[in-house]
Amino acid sequence: MSLFDPINGQRFFAPDLPGYDKLLGCVRCGRCLSVCPTYELTRIETFSPRGRLSLLRAVEDGRLELTRGVAEHLYHCLDCRSCDTVCPPGVGIGELIVRGRAAAEARHARPWWLRRLLDVFLASPARVETAAAPLRLLQALRLDRLVVLTLGGLPGIGATIRTLQAFAPRLSRPLRRELPRVVRASGEERHRVAFFLGCLMNVAMPDVSRATLHVLARAGCTVLIPREQACCGAPHDDQGQRATALRLARRNIALFESLPDGIEAIVTDCAGCGAALKEYALWLADDPEWASRARRFSARVRDVTEWLDAIWPEELKLDHEPRLAVYHDPCHLANIQGVRAAPRSLLARVSGLELRPLANGFPVECCGSAGIYNLTHTARSLALLERKMAAIEAAGAEMVVSANPGCLMQIAWGARRANRSLSLRHVVEILDASLPKTAGHDDDHVIGMSTKARKRGDSKNEF
Amino acid sequence: MNAAILSELRAAVQDDIRLSVAPEDLAAYAYDGTWAETAPAVVVHPDSSEQTAAVLRVAHARRIPVVPRGSGTGLAGGSLPVPGAICLNLARMNRIIEISRGDSLAIAQPGVVTQDLQQAVEKLGLFYPPDPASSYQCTLGGNVATNAGGPRCLKYGVTSDYVLGLTVCLPGGAIMRLGGRTIKNVTGYNLSQLIVGSEGTLGVVTEIVLRLIPRPDAERTALATFSRMADACAAVGAMLSAGIVPLLAELMDRATIRAVEEFRSFGLPTDVEALLLIAVDGDPALAQSAIDSAADILRGAGARDVRLSRSSEESDALGEARRSVSPAIARLAPHKLGEDVAVPRSRIPEMVARLQDIARENALDIVVYGHIGDGNLHPTLLCDRRDNAVMRRVERAAGQMLEAAVALGGTLSGEHGIGVFKRDYMRLACDSEALRRMAAVKRVFDPHGIMNPGKKLPEEIEKGAE
Ligand code: SF4
Ligand code: SF4
Repeated sequence: MSLFDPINGQRFFAPDLPGYDKLLGCVRCGRCLSVCPTYELTRIETFSPRGRLSLLRAVEDGRLELTRGVAEHLYHCLDCRSCDTVCPPGVGIGELIVRGRAAAEARHARPWWLRRLLDVFLASPARVETAAAPLRLLQALRLDRLVVLTLGGLPGIGATIRTLQAFAPRLSRPLRRELPRVVRASGEERHRVAFFLGCLMNVAMPDVSRATLHVLARAGCTVLIPREQACCGAPHDDQGQRATALRLARRNIALFESLPDGIEAIVTDCAGCGAALKEYALWLADDPEWASRARRFSARVRDVTEWLDAIWPEELKLDHEPRLAVYHDPCHLANIQGVRAAPRSLLARVSGLELRPLANGFPVECCGSAGIYNLTHTARSLALLERKMAAIEAAGAEMVVSANPGCLMQIAWGARRANRSLSLRHVVEILDASLPKTAGHDDDHVIGMSTKARKRGDSKNEF
Repeated sequence: MNAAILSELRAAVQDDIRLSVAPEDLAAYAYDGTWAETAPAVVVHPDSSEQTAAVLRVAHARRIPVVPRGSGTGLAGGSLPVPGAICLNLARMNRIIEISRGDSLAIAQPGVVTQDLQQAVEKLGLFYPPDPASSYQCTLGGNVATNAGGPRCLKYGVTSDYVLGLTVCLPGGAIMRLGGRTIKNVTGYNLSQLIVGSEGTLGVVTEIVLRLIPRPDAERTALATFSRMADACAAVGAMLSAGIVPLLAELMDRATIRAVEEFRSFGLPTDVEALLLIAVDGDPALAQSAIDSAADILRGAGARDVRLSRSSEESDALGEARRSVSPAIARLAPHKLGEDVAVPRSRIPEMVARLQDIARENALDIVVYGHIGDGNLHPTLLCDRRDNAVMRRVERAAGQMLEAAVALGGTLSGEHGIGVFKRDYMRLACDSEALRRMAAVKRVFDPHGIMNPGKKLPEEIEKGAE
């Protein structure tokens, strides 16, 4: 062992394993340990960003087999990307870990039910909706608990079913089916944008996307909605299903290319989708046919808060009932997209809303939602959730505002578990509820949203 | 490692989850903050002094090497495992046991992260000054083991200046308490100061009593550029003679300035030879007048340009340039070797020139920055580890830098420690009488040579100790 021995033990045993050069770029300074939630909880190197990269490197160097243990360690990562915000050489840790998962898939595949869910159901929006229908029916008939009683004991999947039932939002009629292809700006059209509807928003939180479209229209945007859009691919990428993720990316890129010219931005109200859409450029960087198309696509993607903050018309004043709130930064918005100021500056426009600071603001401390981490690693997810709930409690908030469906559902779950009454809102819902009332110009019908639904206002906080 | 020993170790830490022989864990505990790697035979994660002592009892009886480890951010290989070793992960012992305002002290376990302690005591108006560059993640145990310093030590001293007492687990399983809660303490030999800086070769520190001081209210910063390195060094000398002891006196050479400027535009001039960042602290009015006088001195010494902060926030903004050094340098080349030498302050210009010569002679790129007030320089060689020829030249240059430091009346390491990588150079800096006494000390504490073998002492001295 000498400090000066050159490295040359590299072995490519799996084509997908991330670039060796990038792995070598980790100088092992340990900076990333200080912000990694899983390291903080365990204080064990193998659960740290540096540790995960070192496993990948040991495999590449031929010092370690690609064991099931290696694969499991890669999945202990939340993909919250806190580490990437502090890494001095900018190694791109999160992306390397996710690529490592894809490489491990050939030998240690994800559980059958998960792959089936991802491949069959999420690959097309119609399938998501079809898949969601029986669950929606069960929920409506209040039979979901019965399912848990019968299936909850199944080996391998029973615990997941139990968590899912406790955590799952009440599903709604899919929004996609009622959306028009165009929502016109109310008043003068100042901008034209396209809207990307996330799967979760579609079936679980349609009110949020209704609010998004409404607010965009009121802010002078005409919104085009390509209804054939597919899932963004983030869940597949996250779970080692790289090929499916890339397929979905290509499909979405082609679809949005087919929109008429003059689209200034592709707007989404789901931080998880936004992060993936912005990373298409990275995903497809090595694909000669798609690299530049992906770059063009990603460059136009904006989180709804980012977009609205940039174009908000000064004369459009916002007024809300008095509330003490905190803003919870979604990891995928703050850490990956670097969007932290925009939602805060939008919320600062809202009179009546008092925004309190939330502890451990940056890099963001994950709430434990993290894709499907709460299903796959429930205990650790709950430990993180409890920390988040304590921070919210310490801030004295009665309302949590955020910008990602996963976070909103997770924190809502936390509130239910603690029997606390806490309002959960997406930023756009706050904006929507704070807009001045329009006289005689009711555009609600345009976006298929009943006035009744919007009037429910503050009371609708059960996701 | 055989099953009988493993089961003894398992009993020592009282729970299966505190011991691992999984290949993944062995791979993740094979390194520290350097490039080298050696997997241990087993990793244990004790939660208490008692469990740590029990591990040392087994190791002593079975003659198994023990390598203590905090966050693994060390830069000298001090926590690098040796073949067959027990890696002792102390990161889980991370409780701050007490912070006493009345006695101005804190008691902490070794796995507490330095910055976590600093933030906790600052909330109470107290201050723990040592701030190694890795304070965001390094542990107090590691700080004690290496006697860590950092930029603030010109004014406030190094870790040993703050250690009042220690609990140390010894080979064989004894637990020894040293020092206590008082600043003055001449009861017996000062063994706690012997343990500080011993790099885990004598025992394992499991509890630390640290002296705290009142938190200074304000910080003011000046940033000055110089056409000549010698002028920058003279300026700091003049400042100290005038009675201004800066909190920070950080030096960057031209290559460092360029790297920082490329990484993030601060508007620094890139055609100067040296940049000095001076910070002072204290009560706001005093800090302000001190920085004003410092600025006069800097100008008098030939600074081309001096920028001043008027508030602690502005001071923070100027300090950002210094904090950018590490990421900026990290992006210059695939890899780097960050050295750590110290020379008397008056010899810094000579040393910097010598370092640049060494780099040139070996056809390597170098950036030099450091803590000018205490003569501690961090010459950093840029390299690519996949290139054997380059790495041979890096190896040679590193040796030459150490020789140059000693030749100028300096020392092998200012703050990183000796670890594995500098043990062979110990003879350059220590006479044989001193080395013999060190070997005798080692024998007293660790007769079987199980504590962090292969570190700190030259090989033949260490072997003589067994
Ligand atoms: S993405 Fe989050 S959980 Fe994963 S290694 Fe980075 S900081 Fe840790
Ligand atoms: S911060 Fe980056 S370079 Fe440092 S240990 Fe983590 S991954 Fe490696």
